[in-house]
Amino acid sequence: MPKRTDIKSILIIGSGPIVIGQACEFDYSGTQSCRALRQEGYRIILVNSNPATIMTDPEFADATYVEPITPEFVERIIEKERPDAVLPTMGGQTALNTAVALAESGVLEKFGVELIGAKLDAIRKAEDRELFKAAMDRIGLQSARGGFVNSLEEAFKIAESIGFPLIIRPSFTLGGTGGGTAYNIEEFEEKVVHGLTASPIHQVLIEESVIGWKEYELEVMRDLKDNVVIICSIENFDPMGVHTGDSITVAPAQTLTDKEYQTMRDAARKIIREIGVETGGSNIQFAVNPRDGRLIVIEMNPRVSRSSALASKATGFPIAKIAARLAVGYTLDEIPNDITRLTPASFEPTIDYCVVKIPRWDFEKFKGVDDTLGVQMKSVGEAMAIGRTFKEALQKALRSLEQGRFGLGADGKDPVEVRSLPETERAEWRKRVLDRLKKPKPGNIFLLRLGFQLGCTVDELHALTAIDPWFLYNIKQLVDFEDELASVTI
Amino acid sequence: MKAKLVLENGVEFTGESFGAEGETTGEVVFNTSLTGYQEILTDPSYAGQIVTMTYPLIGNYGVNAEDLESVRPQVAGFVVKEYSEFPSNFRSTGSLGDWLAPHSIIGIEGIDTRKLTKIIRTVGAMRGILSTADLTTAELLARVKRSPEMTGLDLAAKVTTHEPYHWNSIDRTPFALQPQITNDPGRYKVVVYDYGVKHNILRRLASYGCDLTVVPASFPAEDVLAMKPDGIFLSNGPGDPAAVRYGIANIGKLIGKRPMFGICLGHQLLALALGGKTFKLKFGHRGANHPVKNLRTGAIEITSQNHGFAVDPNALDPKSIEITHVNLNDHTNEGFRHRTLPMFTVQYHPEASPGPHDSDYLFADFATLMASA
Repeated sequence: MPKRTDIKSILIIGSGPIVIGQACEFDYSGTQSCRALRQEGYRIILVNSNPATIMTDPEFADATYVEPITPEFVERIIEKERPDAVLPTMGGQTALNTAVALAESGVLEKFGVELIGAKLDAIRKAEDRELFKAAMDRIGLQSARGGFVNSLEEAFKIAESIGFPLIIRPSFTLGGTGGGTAYNIEEFEEKVVHGLTASPIHQVLIEESVIGWKEYELEVMRDLKDNVVIICSIENFDPMGVHTGDSITVAPAQTLTDKEYQTMRDAARKIIREIGVETGGSNIQFAVNPRDGRLIVIEMNPRVSRSSALASKATGFPIAKIAARLAVGYTLDEIPNDITRLTPASFEPTIDYCVVKIPRWDFEKFKGVDDTLGVQMKSVGEAMAIGRTFKEALQKALRSLEQGRFGLGADGKDPVEVRSLPETERAEWRKRVLDRLKKPKPGNIFLLRLGFQLGCTVDELHALTAIDPWFLYNIKQLVDFEDELASVTI
Repeated sequence: MKAKLVLENGVEFTGESFGAEGETTGEVVFNTSLTGYQEILTDPSYAGQIVTMTYPLIGNYGVNAEDLESVRPQVAGFVVKEYSEFPSNFRSTGSLGDWLAPHSIIGIEGIDTRKLTKIIRTVGAMRGILSTADLTTAELLARVKRSPEMTGLDLAAKVTTHEPYHWNSIDRTPFALQPQITNDPGRYKVVVYDYGVKHNILRRLASYGCDLTVVPASFPAEDVLAMKPDGIFLSNGPGDPAAVRYGIANIGKLIGKRPMFGICLGHQLLALALGGKTFKLKFGHRGANHPVKNLRTGAIEITSQNHGFAVDPNALDPKSIEITHVNLNDHTNEGFRHRTLPMFTVQYHPEASPGPHDSDYLFADFATLMASA
C-alpha cells in the first residue's frame, strides 16, 4: 500500500523531561519519526517540554511546541494546529497516557484527529492489566496467577489464596513506580497501600511471584497487511524480579532452543494481533520457568520502548523510523532495509555477534534510597557493547559505563586482591561475598567474579542468584583466563 | 586439540577441535540461523557439506532427544566461532561435542567465522577440508582438490532410506503446532519420496491426517501408483538436482496422476520433470530469516531455507505453470503451481525446524488438494 494521502499533518508527542524510567531513548525514537514522516511530505507538529532534546531542534518539525505534555496543553495545540492525525507511540508512557486522555475525553473526535500507530482499543487492551490478562486467556497463553484489587481487603484475600512472595504492580504508572515484591504480610500491606496511591485509577495487580524465572523480550513489528516480523530477541542476565531497565540484558537470546524460541515467536505474533496494534513496533515480555520451560506472558508495550532503542542499535533495524512509516500506510515490503538498501524491511535481522547492555546507577546522588534492585526501575542510564562473544561484549560494556572500571575487575580497583589474600581471610571474604549476592544490587557482577576467585562453583552461585548457569559459566571463563594471565611471568 | 580448515582457494583457518577427531571434506557453506543447530546438524540436506554458523556462540543449550531431524548428524563437518561445552537448558541431555564425537563429526571452534562467511559470499561456496591431523597446508590443499565437486553430485542416493517404511507419528512435545488431527489420522494415504526427508515434514503431514509410506529415492513410479495413494510428496534432499536422473524420470511418470507437493529438492526435481532448468546459486540460502512473498495473497512469510541450487522460473512454461512465491532478498524462485494439474511446490521449508512457522499453511493446502481430487 502506498502512503496515506488523506492525512497531511501529524502531531508527534514527545516524552518530556528525563526521569528515572524514561530517558533519552524517546528522543531517539521521536527524532527518527519526525525525520521519517517529514521526508514523506507530512507537516509535523511536535510537542515536548524538554528543550534539551534533539527532536525540538527547529529543523525536525514544522511547528515545535515546548509546552507541558498534559491533555490540557496538547488540546490547545490541537485546536490551534488542527493536525489530521496524532502519533502517540514514540514518546514513551507519557505520550501514550496523554493521547489516551485526549481520546477518552472526546478531544480527538471533536477536532477530527485520528490516532495512528496504535488505536485507543489496542492501547487499552495492552496497558490495562485486567484486559490484557483476559486477552491472553482468549488466545490460550498463560500469564501469572493473580488478580486486580482496588482495596487492601481484596488484596489480603488474594495473598491468602496464592501465598508469598507476591508481586504488587500498580496500574498505569511509569517505570513500575509504586510497585514491589512482598515476602511477608507487613511488606505486603505497605506496598499495596503505596501502589494504590501511585496508580491513577487506584488499582494494583497482585501476582504470583515468578522471581528467579528466566526473562525474555521480543521486539515485534506489524504492518497494515498483517505482516508480522520479530526484530530481536533479548535475554535478561538478571532473572525475573529485577526490572528490565535494571537488568543486564543480552541480545539475541542465548539459552533457548529453536523449538522454545519459535513457541515464543508464535506467542508474540498472536499477542500483537489479539491486542490489535495495527502498525509499528511493540515490546513483549515473557518469563520462562528454568525447571520445566513453562512460558508465561508478562506484559506488552504497544509503543517503542527502551528495549526497542537497544534492539535498533543491536540489529541495525531502525524500529522507530520504520514504525513511523508503517503508521502512515506503508507495508514492510515497501520500505528498504537500512543496512542492505537493496532488500526490503520485511525480514528478521540475523546477527553474527552478541550484544550486552549494562545499566548504570547513581545511588550516591540519592542518599537513603535502598539500592536493592526490584520491579521499580532505579538505574539512570546504560551502556551497550557489541562483541563476537558474550565475554567480549560484557567487558566492553563494563568499560563503557565510565565508572572508571576497565572491565570485570583485574584493573586495580577491586575491593580485595584474592590471589594475595592470606588463607585465613578467604573464608571471611567468601562469606561476605555470598551474603551480598543474596540480594540483586548494583555491582553484583563484580561480586560474581570474586565468588569464583574464592572457589565458588557455578551451581552455588546459581542457587544464590538464579542467574542462568550459562552466563555464570562465561564469567567463570573470564576469571579462569585472568588467572592464566596472572600466572604468566615476563 | 588443534584443528585446521583449508579452503580450495588456499585460505587456511586454525582453531581448536570439538566433537570427533580425524579428517573430512565437503562443500563449505554458511547458515544464518540464530537457533536450531541440532536440527541443522541432523538435516540430511546438509550431507556432503561443512556447515559454518554465522551466529558465533554455539552449543549454549546442549542437545536433547527431541530436536532431531533424522536419526543422526548428517553434516560433513561443523565450524563455529565459540563452542560452549557448558550447556544450560531444562531439556539438555548433554553437550554438543559429546554428542558429535560418537557420530564421527568433526567440529572446529575459535576461528574467524565472519571472515570465512565473507569469503564464501564473495568467492562462492567451495570445497574445504577439516582436519585434526598434523598436516601441512599444502598436503591438505592437495586432498581437498581431489574431493568431489557439488555440481553433478547425486547425494540423495546416499541419504535415502533403503527400504520403504510406514510413518504416522505426530509431534507430542509441548512445542507441537496446531492442528493435531488425531480423530481421523489415516484420512489420506500419502507416498513420500525420501531424497533426504526431515522428520518434521513427516510429523507435519501426519498432523494433517496423512498416513505415510516413505519410499526410497529410486522407487519406481509404477509401484507408487500401484499403492493407489491419495497424494505424493517429494521431499527435500542434498546435492545437485540435475544429477538425480532416476528421480526426475519417476516424477515425470507421476505428473497429473495424483495430487503432488514438493519441498526443496522435491521442488527442483518437479521443475526438471516439467522440462525446466536448475542452476547453482553462488552461496545458497541457508538460514531461518528469508523473506518470501506469496504472490497469490501478497503476504510475506519469514521462511527457513537450505538450498544451494535454484529453479530458473523463465525456463518453465508460463501457460501451464504459475509462479507463486518469490524470495524478496534476491528475487529467486521460491515456489510454483500447475495451472490445471493438482500439484504445487516450494523451495523453502514450511516444516521449519529450525525456523519460523509462517508457512505451515502449505501442509493444509496439500490436504485440501487431496480432499478435492
